[in-house]
Amino acid sequence: MMLVALSFILGAGTFAMRFAGPSLRSRVRISPKAERLMSVAVVVLFAALIATSALIEGHGFAGIARPAGVVVGGVLAWRKAPFVVVVIAAAATAALLRLAGVP
Amino acid sequence: MVRSIWRTLGTELARDIALVCLADGVVGLSFGAITVGAGLPVWLPMLLSLVVFAGAAQFMFVAIMASGGNPVAAVVTGLIVNTRLIPMGFAVGDVLAGQSTFRRLIGSHFLLDENVAFVITQKDPQRRKAAYWACGVALFVCWNIGVLIGAFGGSIITDTNAFGLDAAFPAVMLALILPSLNDGPVKRAAFTGAVIALVTAPFLTAGVPVLLALAGVLAGLGGDKANKTSAARS
Repeated sequence: MMLVALSFILGAGTFAMRFAGPSLRSRVRISPKAERLMSVAVVVLFAALIATSALIEGHGFAGIARPAGVVVGGVLAWRKAPFVVVVIAAAATAALLRLAGVP
Repeated sequence: MVRSIWRTLGTELARDIALVCLADGVVGLSFGAITVGAGLPVWLPMLLSLVVFAGAAQFMFVAIMASGGNPVAAVVTGLIVNTRLIPMGFAVGDVLAGQSTFRRLIGSHFLLDENVAFVITQKDPQRRKAAYWACGVALFVCWNIGVLIGAFGGSIITDTNAFGLDAAFPAVMLALILPSLNDGPVKRAAFTGAVIALVTAPFLTAGVPVLLALAGVLAGLGGDKANKTSAARS
């Protein structure tokens, strides 16, 4: 019973945060300058998300295999490789490194 | 509506979204299996995936509950991880603008890292909207089906790291934001943000470093002080 309640509290809180962004936005007039600032902010959020999810596990270093895979994917994306190739190459690099015993 | 979304998307974008959904479905499979494997009830992963629908927060919640941790801490930790959804929703809120309240409520539930990343690759308002809804709904379906199979199927896949899926997700995001990094100031802001997040991550609870990274936006403004203060106020 407690787990049901907790799930709904987490769900309601998460929904409130999801709903807050678009609602706030529809209430304020956004200047082109602020619009530009927001598009930079999203890229910054993703850069931080990419960096932490590639390198950090818990509070420590995530090991070699994962960031190596991300770097391979990143280089391919930069070389304008198709999205499918980028994703599969990143996963395959990490998987093969682990198979070879690299953490 | 569905048909017009597909037509607006085009096959290339639809295929890329499908690939991300497939990968997410496999992670969902592991989420279902891990949760049940940890001794938690079989309905819990499904309920969480329907009402929370946020992978990282769900994994953290389950990890804390399974290890006998404080339930309040489990909820709070999950909520903190999701705080990034506020600025993300604010930035791509245009995709839900001008729609009925009902649609905005439904649409908000589909706000995810993945569809926000797809939205920012598109300039055209119709394509932004199509990418948002297509990726959001498809991911919701794939994620929940994956979790359902994982919860009942037991240990089919519990270690998605063996397939390198943990490297695939940052790579997906990277591929999608790379075109936005073409610009010097944006690059500077992104790099600064990433450094802030990495330096603070060992000491702070997950989710907070990503929010602190927003300070990196200032690095993209350069020496233009007037710009900075007026933008912060608006």
